[in-house]
Amino acid sequence: MSREKHAHEPWVRIVKRDGIARPKAYGIRILAVLLSLVVSGVFIYAITGLNPIDIYEAMWEGAFGTSRRSWVTVRDAMMLLCIGIGLAPAFKMKFWNVGAEGQILIGGIMTAGIMRAVGDSIPTPALLVIMAVVSLAAGAAWGVVPAVFKAYWNTNETLFTLMMNYVAIQLTSYCVSLWENPIGSNTVGIINQTTQAGWFPAIFGQSYSLNVILVLILTVGMYLYLKYSKQGYEITVVGDSENTARYAGISVKKVTIRTMAISGAICAFAGFIAVAGSSHTISTTTAGGRGFTAIIVAWLAQFNSFVMVLISFLLVFLEKGATQIASQFNLNDYASEVITGIILFFILGSEFFINYRLVFRGKEREGK
Amino acid sequence: MKKLFALILSLAMVLSLTACGGSGDTDTTGDTATDDTTTSDEASTDETGDADAADETGDEAEADETSTDETASYDVSELKIGLICVEDEQSGYDAAHINGLTEACQELGIDVDTQVTFVYNIGEDEECYDTAVDLAEAGCDIIISDSYGHQSYMLQAAQEYSNIIFIADTGDMANQVGLDNYKNLFTYVYQSRYVSGVVAGMKIAELVENGELTEDNYDADGNVLVGYVGAYPYAEVVSGYTAFYLGIKSVYPDVSMQVQYTNSWYDWTGEYEAANTLMANGCVIIGQHADSTGAPSAVQAAYESGSTVYCVGYNIDMLTSAPDTALTSAQNNWSVIYCETLESYLSGAGIPTDFAAGYADGAVQISALGPAYADGTEEEVAEVEAALTDGSLQVFDVSTFTIDGVNPTSILIDMDLDYVGETEGVVDGVFQESVLRSAPGFEARIDGITELNNG
Repeated sequence: MSREKHAHEPWVRIVKRDGIARPKAYGIRILAVLLSLVVSGVFIYAITGLNPIDIYEAMWEGAFGTSRRSWVTVRDAMMLLCIGIGLAPAFKMKFWNVGAEGQILIGGIMTAGIMRAVGDSIPTPALLVIMAVVSLAAGAAWGVVPAVFKAYWNTNETLFTLMMNYVAIQLTSYCVSLWENPIGSNTVGIINQTTQAGWFPAIFGQSYSLNVILVLILTVGMYLYLKYSKQGYEITVVGDSENTARYAGISVKKVTIRTMAISGAICAFAGFIAVAGSSHTISTTTAGGRGFTAIIVAWLAQFNSFVMVLISFLLVFLEKGATQIASQFNLNDYASEVITGIILFFILGSEFFINYRLVFRGKEREGK
Repeated sequence: MKKLFALILSLAMVLSLTACGGSGDTDTTGDTATDDTTTSDEASTDETGDADAADETGDEAEADETSTDETASYDVSELKIGLICVEDEQSGYDAAHINGLTEACQELGIDVDTQVTFVYNIGEDEECYDTAVDLAEAGCDIIISDSYGHQSYMLQAAQEYSNIIFIADTGDMANQVGLDNYKNLFTYVYQSRYVSGVVAGMKIAELVENGELTEDNYDADGNVLVGYVGAYPYAEVVSGYTAFYLGIKSVYPDVSMQVQYTNSWYDWTGEYEAANTLMANGCVIIGQHADSTGAPSAVQAAYESGSTVYCVGYNIDMLTSAPDTALTSAQNNWSVIYCETLESYLSGAGIPTDFAAGYADGAVQISALGPAYADGTEEEVAEVEAALTDGSLQVFDVSTFTIDGVNPTSILIDMDLDYVGETEGVVDGVFQESVLRSAPGFEARIDGITELNNG
């Protein structure tokens, strides 16, 4: 018996960890990032013959090279973070909301529509409040639709929210062709370019201060909501086991619908920030895939708001760096996308090593 | 301090290069001499050099006593240019801009590697504003964007940086907004589209003569069907397909054209499908005003499965995508436009607010003819090109087309940015395309052309 067992013992086995100390987990993550930089470096050198250090320096320059670049990076990171914050409660409830893209657009359409219609007649502060409230409400309504279907008829929310993205995209292109300027160009142009009515005002001399303030309030709020509120606890329980939730007297229907209203509202709020706070226009690319990227943000951070800040910055940094190296070294965008891919692969891979460990042949017995 | 030192060092290097390169050439030698004087100026006035350079031209030329030469107002080696591209070099449209600016710079002795910054894949949204401002802060004297939708973001940046010149290519706002540092450039691309239409017309005549067309290729009135894949239903595209149609008509009068829009400048699949729709309707020639190789690829595939169909491209030679079916492509020669404007800037005369040029300046052309072209095309093309060059042929001659059955005497063009025509465009029986403003303004829908999906 024992001889046979010996012959079959593989060179390496995968064993689930019982638990891992927090410092060790972060150690693994940092190691993964460092390793990914080394692998990307080898890739860069092999393909282009350029010095990887120069490339990383250029990426840093691209994201934080000047104060304005830093602000643009901050603005984009805040946008991504806001969507991630919106997705977190839904995903924590194991409600796969892949409809952020559409929810953002709904908020964007509302904001742009109000900005165009009454921009001249209402003072900007009041206008901002109206746009924010209407966006939140529209996003909540948009988010509730798949939640109601899920709660009452158990429809598949992944497909449902995904399909609603396309509805939202069509609605947006309808609005764009309604508001287009010049006619036929398929662009709305900058709304209120001369009056700047309904634009986020500069605070502390910075045009994007308000973006940061709003999103950080949301970040802290979501952290407290998920961690310390009764509703946050209900979300966790429903996410872990619907049966347990029912047994404990939690109305799964109610929690599902309420949580999706919140999720949709915050994503639409991101659309409000995108239109009123940065682009001042609306197009089908206003969301620009960020509704999907934010899923990575929420998952990688395991719904911890503060970790989401870090992940958002990392992703935006990679994006800005990619543009910079494309321009500076005449590398095609694909080269930088490969680098981004490698880095994300390693970060995601590190989660494997946090949850599992490798046991090599013979090591186990010596250890015990 | 280190950066300044590096700047001076690189300037010195560029200078020495110019000196070597220009040894046989009197022009360049002159430049080098003036370079030297201004460089010493620069060294003494430190970093203010850049700001000065962007200031008013006349003053500086007078103030600089050492340079009596007319070309001395701006120092070639100090000029920094940024080009914002809507796609990257894989798009024929952007490739034409990138190559055009590169050639123009080489001609003028501007070092592309150190003095020109290309930024790729910048959408027609706030990203364009961010990029323009970023380039401005990086010390560019001239910032160019290549796509129509960039223009309002360029304007936003131009309002903030009054000493830097912002050029929105193909835009239509510069002569209205009244900013000294905001410009529009374009080519008379309608002329090269007309010539590409002539090539297509010759091919149709040959197909008819050889009896290669079937009943499906004619409409109810007996006109041969031509298709056109267009990006967006507005003036730039309308002007282009009308010119293409008139070019065909000048050779073979019995044609009607269908236009299918993709609502995107660059959408390979969309253009491929649009071409398929048009071919299914019986079109024998597929023209395009969209930036990918989607339509030619669809035409080539249909040809290989037995259809009689040919294509005319835009910007780039389509022979790689459609080796058997590409007849030619209408092209812009941006190097001529860039060269003339940059030269004008360097001479101190400033960049014209709204500038366009065509065959007479060599700013437009058609690409090499594909193997399928009809006999006699070369001679015909040469004749038409000569007539466009000397002005004896006008593309938008109102006697050559009708609107609602009559030759129009009046076609309005929009000049005040409300996108409704109010200014008379027809002068002496010819619509003045790209004369009143550089961006195309011909928006009338003429008889013989049907837009299939402009709802």
